[in-house]
Amino acid sequence: MDTALILQPTKPQRGGIGGPSTPATTEPLAVRGVLITIALVFLGVFLGAPLAVVFAEAFAKGTAAYWESLREPDALAAIKLTLLTAALAVPANLVFGVAASWAIAKFDFVGKSVLITLIDLPFAVSPVISGLIYVLLFGLQGWLGPWLAAHDIKIIFAVPGIVLATIFVTFPFVARELIPLMQAQGNEEEEAALSLGASGWQTFRRVTLPNIKWGLLYGVILCNARAMGEFGAVSVVSGHIRGLTNTMPLHVEVLYNEYNFVAAFAVASLLAVLALVTLAVKSAVEWRYRRELKRGGATPGPGGPA
Amino acid sequence: MSPLLGRIKTPSVIPGFGLTLGFTLLYLSLVVLIPLSALILKTTELTWEQFWATVTDPRTLAAYKLSFGASLAGALINLVFGSLAAWVLVRYRFIGRRVLDAMVDLPFALPTAVAGIALTTLYTENGWLGRYLEPLGIRVAFAPLGVVVALTFIGLPFVVRTLQPVIEDLDRELEEAAASLGARRITTLRRVILPELWPAMLTGFTLALARALGEYGSVVFISGNIVGETEIPPLLIIMKLEEYDVGSATAIAVVMLLASFLLLLMINLLQWWSARRHVAARITLRVSPSAGGV
Repeated sequence: MDTALILQPTKPQRGGIGGPSTPATTEPLAVRGVLITIALVFLGVFLGAPLAVVFAEAFAKGTAAYWESLREPDALAAIKLTLLTAALAVPANLVFGVAASWAIAKFDFVGKSVLITLIDLPFAVSPVISGLIYVLLFGLQGWLGPWLAAHDIKIIFAVPGIVLATIFVTFPFVARELIPLMQAQGNEEEEAALSLGASGWQTFRRVTLPNIKWGLLYGVILCNARAMGEFGAVSVVSGHIRGLTNTMPLHVEVLYNEYNFVAAFAVASLLAVLALVTLAVKSAVEWRYRRELKRGGATPGPGGPA
Repeated sequence: MSPLLGRIKTPSVIPGFGLTLGFTLLYLSLVVLIPLSALILKTTELTWEQFWATVTDPRTLAAYKLSFGASLAGALINLVFGSLAAWVLVRYRFIGRRVLDAMVDLPFALPTAVAGIALTTLYTENGWLGRYLEPLGIRVAFAPLGVVVALTFIGLPFVVRTLQPVIEDLDRELEEAAASLGARRITTLRRVILPELWPAMLTGFTLALARALGEYGSVVFISGNIVGETEIPPLLIIMKLEEYDVGSATAIAVVMLLASFLLLLMINLLQWWSARRHVAARITLRVSPSAGGV
């Protein structure tokens, strides 16, 4: 990390608070103090406390009990299944995200805005419904259910169903980050490369990819966080078979409902660490972006995940 | 290029249109459109009486009511405190601001099941917060209030993140002008700042509401799932599926889906409207001589 940025002296400020503003455009010191306190209490109660309690409960009976709960075979199986699910869902949605943003950002065609809306659709669907639709397709009472049963293929209450439901809920993440980014960057650089004789693939790899790498990374990070943490959709299709079809969040639920709180929070703490890493990478990516922006790149930063 | 492609798209030297759009449409259909239409088709298999009996069952109605009421309450809490937090994070400088700013996205990143068990542990009678609330007669865990707490957590980033860029873009000169014309700070806030912010506040509110309506993971732990009292529609769907009553599960789901599509439409309209307002405001600023300033 660039230490110069951290060591940079900040502007002198009255009373430690108050921004780069003149007295006419800010609130009195007392009001600022009260507002900051309210914001700190609100964010502390709703964000800080839940995060802290995860680690406090995980280590409530000491580090030995903590590690013991993570080494348990069912916990290891859940961790493995979660990693496998993410390893399949994230690359699939990454390839889709790049293809979709290339088609949408680089070309003008009829029905483009409809396509963008359809890509966002999974965000509007409740996680439980996301699972339900796969049960309706592949479940025993579903359309393909009897055929699948006759051929002894298991999708629902098995790993393929978990992967499919995860792909559905994480479907928009990469595309959503890339589409506005590539739209803002325009086509000039690619057209220049092509006119100089580069092939389409070369143009993508050497011109487009370096331009979108931070947005791409950001989308992948968000996609991965959701893929590993999805609960509702996976809960519907998994069948909760211990050691076989339980992902980490489902294993957390099972342990919690068995009143095995230390073990539940131990597994939960791994997911919380994943969330913290996700937030850290997000901040780092945004920071890199701003720095590149200052150095003269005209690319806008990645938007919030909202 | 085929003549069909030529008609739907404007010509371009950039290659790969057919390949990328074809793959996009194929993948979209396989992963999203076909499975979603399975839900719609399943509904048509139900008779109207069946459908109506399921969605007007007192237990289902209670779940819809709780879900909507608690989502609304959570979104309102976020509207007030989220707006305040966004203002503080953008306008004031204090120690720990950047860490706090990064933390706002925690509800997006933290798996909902983890949030669910953490919130429950906080608010049970021996929990860090519950032990102070229970003696006051305020029951949060295993009560409707717990659902509100969980949905507030889930919706927290939406108002803050929608509002932050708008606050950053606020024209300080307008506030200076108001102050120099003798407006008190509170008047400036009410007459100058809030009119600029409230389309974004409304968008954030609606996004938080939409997210809360479908939420499952963080709610099922803290609500306690008391029959007819703290059950939410997604829980009923799962229970119906466990009873192999796919028809009822589908009926409950379709009503939820319709509600979220209506909200999605509202969000799009809001964003279109606030973008237009924003542009209109910019144009008036540019042509009005008084805003020329420094």
